[in-house]
Amino acid sequence: MRCIYTALLLLTCSFAGYGQSTDDLMSELDNATKTDKKEEVTATFKATRIINSSTVENLAAGVLDFRILHRFGRVSDGTENFFGIDNATTRIGLDYGVTKWFMVGIGHNTLGKTNDGFAKVKLLSQKVDGTPVSVSWFGGIAVLGGKAPQMPPGMEYYYTHRLAYTNQLLIARKFSKKLSLQLMPSVVHLNLIDSSKYSNTMFSMGIGGRYKVSNRVAVTAEYYYRINNADMPFSGATTYNSFSLGADIETGGHVFQLFFTNSQGITERSFINQTTDTWTDGQLHFGFNISRVFTVVRPKEFRNNAPAKSW
Amino acid sequence: MNKLFLIILAIGITASAHAQKYMTRTGKITFDATAPKSPEQIDAVNNEVAAILSAADGKLVFQVPVRSFKFQRDLMQQHFNENYMESDKYPKAEFKGGIEGKDAGIASTPGSHNVTVNGKLTIHGVTKDVSVPGKITVGNKKVKLEATFAVKLEDYGISIPNLVADKVGKEAKITVNSELTGK
Repeated sequence: MRCIYTALLLLTCSFAGYGQSTDDLMSELDNATKTDKKEEVTATFKATRIINSSTVENLAAGVLDFRILHRFGRVSDGTENFFGIDNATTRIGLDYGVTKWFMVGIGHNTLGKTNDGFAKVKLLSQKVDGTPVSVSWFGGIAVLGGKAPQMPPGMEYYYTHRLAYTNQLLIARKFSKKLSLQLMPSVVHLNLIDSSKYSNTMFSMGIGGRYKVSNRVAVTAEYYYRINNADMPFSGATTYNSFSLGADIETGGHVFQLFFTNSQGITERSFINQTTDTWTDGQLHFGFNISRVFTVVRPKEFRNNAPAKSW
Repeated sequence: MNKLFLIILAIGITASAHAQKYMTRTGKITFDATAPKSPEQIDAVNNEVAAILSAADGKLVFQVPVRSFKFQRDLMQQHFNENYMESDKYPKAEFKGGIEGKDAGIASTPGSHNVTVNGKLTIHGVTKDVSVPGKITVGNKKVKLEATFAVKLEDYGISIPNLVADKVGKEAKITVNSELTGK
């Protein structure tokens, strides 16, 4: 009997030190790495613009984005303007990610010879099983270029009359791997407008989104509903709400955005409030956004290594 | 007989007291999946690897949070998580195994030792048996694990579309370089 006792004791002692299986060790790791911190939702959108509007996505810190945005003329102009190709407007610009949550950009538009600049700050990030939306603030200034317009007698044209200010809140939610939607309540203030019948400050509500149809292709759309000044003309023409429909195509390193829109302008002051074409008359403009990113400041994990091959 | 009982009990207790375990939550693993002649580097580094090594019996487990792999290019990191690794479905890659045979308890001996680690590697929800040669350096309350091995991406259900076949290779070279501290 005592022999059995001893044998049993020896057996238990030998297991005391070596008892844990790899499953036990894995559970130990699970407990050690458990954290209350909720995971951030990433890639709500694949680009920093849906079509015309900015998204809640920021450039990573130290990344420079060279952007060329093209809007051709009206397809409905037919052969006269080669279906719009003869009459294009362009914006060339540079966007830069200062920090993970703060990015800036500048650009020049051929339409109205407008120079614009903006800052975008990410205020809130959507979390898995946590915060339901991502929120960013967008602030932009646009300066009309070109010769001073004719002013009514007694009034002078000052430099500040060229300025317009845009403030937007971008509220986005990634509903699923395929669908993301964004609301853009916007305020555009023009320092100088044609008539005192209208307000210098224009409120509108934008809505946009993307739906992934495959791993690398998504359908995009954007619409702005003007809350006030909806009947304010631009250059004598009726203005309409801006609506755009397009597709995003991702390759290894770029996102190509192609779309049709009734807005030929590219800055917020222009496409939100000064769209003079309408979808119902087929007055569509074909457009595309292309961008090329450069890593100016390497992420800290890579800084001590040998320089990577660049391309 | 009672004295013998007590002696054996004492031995048993001291034996369990020496079950030294080493752990880390900031281990480093890098991988390189650059295709030959690719114009672009496809590599990333993960500094949030968790691992436990049981010195007495050589058992080793790794837990790798896939989203913590940092790439130089943000879009590449997004594609890695969304299209290739499907990090939403498989947020962690794991290894369960250990040093087997006569070398099992080698982590109790100070110094540098070349060992072979066998076990099950799970990536992208697929588990495969692997045998990895590596080096274990045992110091004062610290153990360093180093290993370099290659995995075939398609073995783990990771398919590379033709579009990027000239950049992303069929194999990924994985390098482990982690330091574990004694608990």
